[in-house]
Amino acid sequence: MNNRSMKKYGPIFLLPTMIAFTIGFIAPFILGVYLSFCEFTTVTDARFVGLKNYIRFWNDPSDVFLHSLWFTALFTIVTVLLINVIGFAVALALTKKIKGTNLFRTVFFMPNLIGGIVLGYVWQLLLNGILAQFGRNLKYSSVYGFIGLVILMCWQQIGYMMIIYISGIQNIPGELIEAAKIDGASPRQILKNVTIPMVMPSITICTFLTLTNSFKLFDQNLALTDGDPSKMSEMLALNIYNTFYGRNGWEGVGQAKAVIFFLLVAAIALVQNYLTRSKEVQQ
Amino acid sequence: MNARKAKHGWIWTLGFSILSLSWIYPIVLVFINSFKKKAYISRAPFEIPTDKMYVGLENYINGIEKTNLIEAFGCSLFITVFSVAAIILFCSMSAWYISRVRTRVTKTIYYLCLFSMIVPFQMVMFTLSKIANMLKLGNPVGIVVVYLGFGAGLSIFMFVGFCKSIPIEIEEAAMIDGCNPLQTYFRVVLPIMKPTCITVMILQAMWIWNDYLLPSLVLDQKRYKTIPMAVQYLKGGYGAVDMGAMMGTLVLAIVPIIIFYIICQKYIIEGVVAGAVKG
Repeated sequence: MNNRSMKKYGPIFLLPTMIAFTIGFIAPFILGVYLSFCEFTTVTDARFVGLKNYIRFWNDPSDVFLHSLWFTALFTIVTVLLINVIGFAVALALTKKIKGTNLFRTVFFMPNLIGGIVLGYVWQLLLNGILAQFGRNLKYSSVYGFIGLVILMCWQQIGYMMIIYISGIQNIPGELIEAAKIDGASPRQILKNVTIPMVMPSITICTFLTLTNSFKLFDQNLALTDGDPSKMSEMLALNIYNTFYGRNGWEGVGQAKAVIFFLLVAAIALVQNYLTRSKEVQQ
Repeated sequence: MNARKAKHGWIWTLGFSILSLSWIYPIVLVFINSFKKKAYISRAPFEIPTDKMYVGLENYINGIEKTNLIEAFGCSLFITVFSVAAIILFCSMSAWYISRVRTRVTKTIYYLCLFSMIVPFQMVMFTLSKIANMLKLGNPVGIVVVYLGFGAGLSIFMFVGFCKSIPIEIEEAAMIDGCNPLQTYFRVVLPIMKPTCITVMILQAMWIWNDYLLPSLVLDQKRYKTIPMAVQYLKGGYGAVDMGAMMGTLVLAIVPIIIFYIICQKYIIEGVVAGAVKG
């Protein structure tokens, strides 16, 4: 192609996006990294303090960052397993010849379209109603908050992952399964040796999506428990938010936590990608 | 195997029917409670509203008044429509240019986009809200710029993926026939990219319509609210939550989405699948 005439038009094609990208991502990111080494209340009064922000919260008894980290990690493990196993099982069942599969798919997918804040309050009503029968509520203990969040997350995400798994299963060539059957493979062997290896790309995507969604969960946490009782059901994202906007003079600490949070998310994404990609088969 | 499954088909159908009903139960429960007096909502959430509990549309009127819900709906609609439109237009333009002109600059932009996809919002939330404030972007028009910037990563990544599969000969033919790059883009490339446009549109619309944190930090809260902000405001604004108004607002927040979903479900589900396969 005539590259020179293309290049003349470069600014028209690139500038609008790049200006917005700079405002919306690049500048805040660079400034954010810098501010994590500063003490400040607004951006203009920043004073460089080195690593102080990264150390300050570990020994502060009123800061539950470490607890949030474990809470989030456990939540992520439980939800990733549950959502993917159930989502895959439902997808398997719905790709069989059953009446009404389209309707079931539609229903299971629906919660994804409703926002986290709205879903949080919907489930608050239901779960508090159930717990009230035993004289408890979601704020009684962080265990209830944890289970509540797990149920909410499963309910919301299973449909999404199911859709992806269904398309993965439907893309398996029919001959492959036929050939396995002719060779005398049992349904369980077909599942283990044909279906699962063939849908490995879907598994990669779904574990990636569920991992990051669970780890970064904010809206549902804010609406369902808001960290109660006394910050014991506070996940990382909410903890960072509360450090920024709930404690005067701790903005720098909030930014430092955000940098740690970013590094954790990036590490999880890279490791997960490496691990599951290596298991994918070539078609 | 299929024959055996067909024999027990009705058991599966029955099982999934029950499961589907329990799946929508939480939403049905909110709907039922939206017609109850507020005192009964926390006390007896599972009972069908009887004469004594029934309040008609009072909860809805209350919810709309307290949260300014109609205005919030307009605000959400405006922000979503214009942000998605801006993302589709500008990101697809940039993506096409990036995939056709390979220089150090375009490669850097592409890798920055990939990088931005793994950065969680909390990382930039404080600085982004300050920058947006400084540039006076705290209104529904300004926030479109913020969404374009923060949504650019994923969108450019998906468009670039598709552009690589467009045969370059089509564009060259257009250029030889005398089209300049802009004409080539709008007359030839953009129509070919329509399926990807729909995918990006659906993924971004789902995100922007439901987003709570970004607008609550960027928008001037006293003047503008989106629907998630209006729902959250009901909880934050008063000491004890008015459960009646809350139920009414929740139903009103859910109903438009479900109607939209029923109309466009084919595109939505296809878009999600396509988006996942490329992401």
